[in-house]
Amino acid sequence: MSASSQDNALRSGIAWRVLIYSVLIVTAVIYLAPLFVMLVTSLKSLEEIRMGNMMALPLQITFEPWLKAWGSACLGLDCNGISGYFWNSLKITVPAVAIGTLLGAFNGYVLTKWRFRGHQWVFGMMLFACFIPFQIVLLPMSQVLGWLGLANTTSGLVLVHVVYGLGFTTLFFRNFYEAFPDELIRASVMDGAGFFTIFGRILLPNSGPIIVVTVIWQFTNIWNDFLFGASFASGDTAPITVALNNLVNSSTGVKEYNVHMAAAITAALPTLLVYVVAGRYFVRGLMAGSVKG
Amino acid sequence: MQQNIARDKASTVSESRNDKLIGYLQQHLPKLVLAPSFAVILMFVYGFILWTVYLSFSASKMLPNYTWVGLEQWSRLWNTLTWQISLQNLFIFSVLYIGLCIVIGLSLAILLDQKIRLEGGLRTLYLYPMALSFIVTGTAWKWFLNPGLGLERTMHEWGFVDFKFDWLINSDMAIYTVVIAGVWQASGFIMAMFLAGLRGIDNEILKAAQIDGAPAWKIYTRIIIPQLGPVFLSAFVVLLHLAIKSFDLVIALTGGGPGNATSLPATFMYSYSFTRNQIGVGASSAVFMLMIIASIMVPYIYSEIKGGKK
Repeated sequence: MSASSQDNALRSGIAWRVLIYSVLIVTAVIYLAPLFVMLVTSLKSLEEIRMGNMMALPLQITFEPWLKAWGSACLGLDCNGISGYFWNSLKITVPAVAIGTLLGAFNGYVLTKWRFRGHQWVFGMMLFACFIPFQIVLLPMSQVLGWLGLANTTSGLVLVHVVYGLGFTTLFFRNFYEAFPDELIRASVMDGAGFFTIFGRILLPNSGPIIVVTVIWQFTNIWNDFLFGASFASGDTAPITVALNNLVNSSTGVKEYNVHMAAAITAALPTLLVYVVAGRYFVRGLMAGSVKG
Repeated sequence: MQQNIARDKASTVSESRNDKLIGYLQQHLPKLVLAPSFAVILMFVYGFILWTVYLSFSASKMLPNYTWVGLEQWSRLWNTLTWQISLQNLFIFSVLYIGLCIVIGLSLAILLDQKIRLEGGLRTLYLYPMALSFIVTGTAWKWFLNPGLGLERTMHEWGFVDFKFDWLINSDMAIYTVVIAGVWQASGFIMAMFLAGLRGIDNEILKAAQIDGAPAWKIYTRIIIPQLGPVFLSAFVVLLHLAIKSFDLVIALTGGGPGNATSLPATFMYSYSFTRNQIGVGASSAVFMLMIIASIMVPYIYSEIKGGKK
């Protein structure tokens, strides 16, 4: 190979790399654009929004829309902002995540280390439950919640999210414990350790990563849920997603885009924060939830 | 060789202690722990499915009414124009959404796989929309594409005076705004799936091909992409599943409108069941959605479980 052709190859190599980097960076900018626009819009006054360019930075930064979205924006007749609904979402999400994860861990433990005849069928049926379109359970569920006296309550939504999260939490723990060596369990059984002792002493201390994955998966799904919230909770007990949608689509009065955007970012903040802090585990959950059976 | 630990355990227990009840409980304790979850799934998933199926054959309107009416609700469903539009929209949406997500996801994954310096950061940026609620995504894009103040206005300000973008309020085009927002949200995830697939490919084959002097594009089209078959399948299944369940995004972005231009089966089911007092029709649409999903998921889950066993 002559020196000049090597030089050419090098130059075309550099040209390629510049092209690749440009495509990647332009794409990243496009992905970021909606978030950027939301953020700058939320910091502008309504006049400035009507006057100017959506992409432009605010001439005068104002936090008024954020305060209004949180504390005094009107949803229907009630003008207390979205703060109450934010707390509703927390009240729904925290217990539902905790209960769902705990049950999933036990189920996964039984389905891998204490197998019984037909365990594949039990698991298969729980797995299929992950993938049903939830529309199929909406009508019976609203009736049952009514009978249980849980219609329009946050506890009702906790129940719903625990039930329909069970398939996934079980799947996660089952696949994780599947790879856990049986010998360790067998040895402890020989030593006389019981069902719960083995779980508490041997499996649980080694379950850190899968607990994080499951908690993040459950948290993201439940926090972001809209269908169940819209179907089973109205008025004061609605979660933040339902409140945000009501705020944005309420037909009365002036459309306060800045307040809408501030509310939308507030609704997105908890899951975004989790993603920034523990993105790796979030992606693992997505993969585990989609690829593996 | 899988040995049945539960049985081993039971025999040790009965040897050491002769208390039959405790032995029995011990032996069945794992099943007792699993039982509540399984019972809940049986009732709240499978029981409710049967219940909804029954509702779809009942006279239910505003309230559930368990008088059997045969296929009346089903024929009403298929004669409803909005339902026909919903299915048509679902078809358009699924094809474009799945196609674009796979093309964009695969392209980004291949580009990111070229030993890119900022790979971690870029990956994070492509994937963050997946952490957002569809309601937030819908709200953001509704504002971004706002015909009066959004993208159109911005392009005018930047000097493209003839730029026109009114898809959000144009019945013929509104469904494509749902596609855009959906692709924005999910394509990063598909990228991550393909990237994981690319990283799993055997390096030896690639090196051999490179030594043979095969050009990069040929290595990709002939060797790498054909090996990603399972990832294509997973991506397809995941995206189709997401498409059929799409509800929040449409509600937040277009509310199903203008008119019923962006109605999808999921929004149809909700509005017929809860606001239009047609529970029977709503139930039959839900059953139909389940049938579509089951026809894909059952074989997929079956093959995954079988494949996992080896």
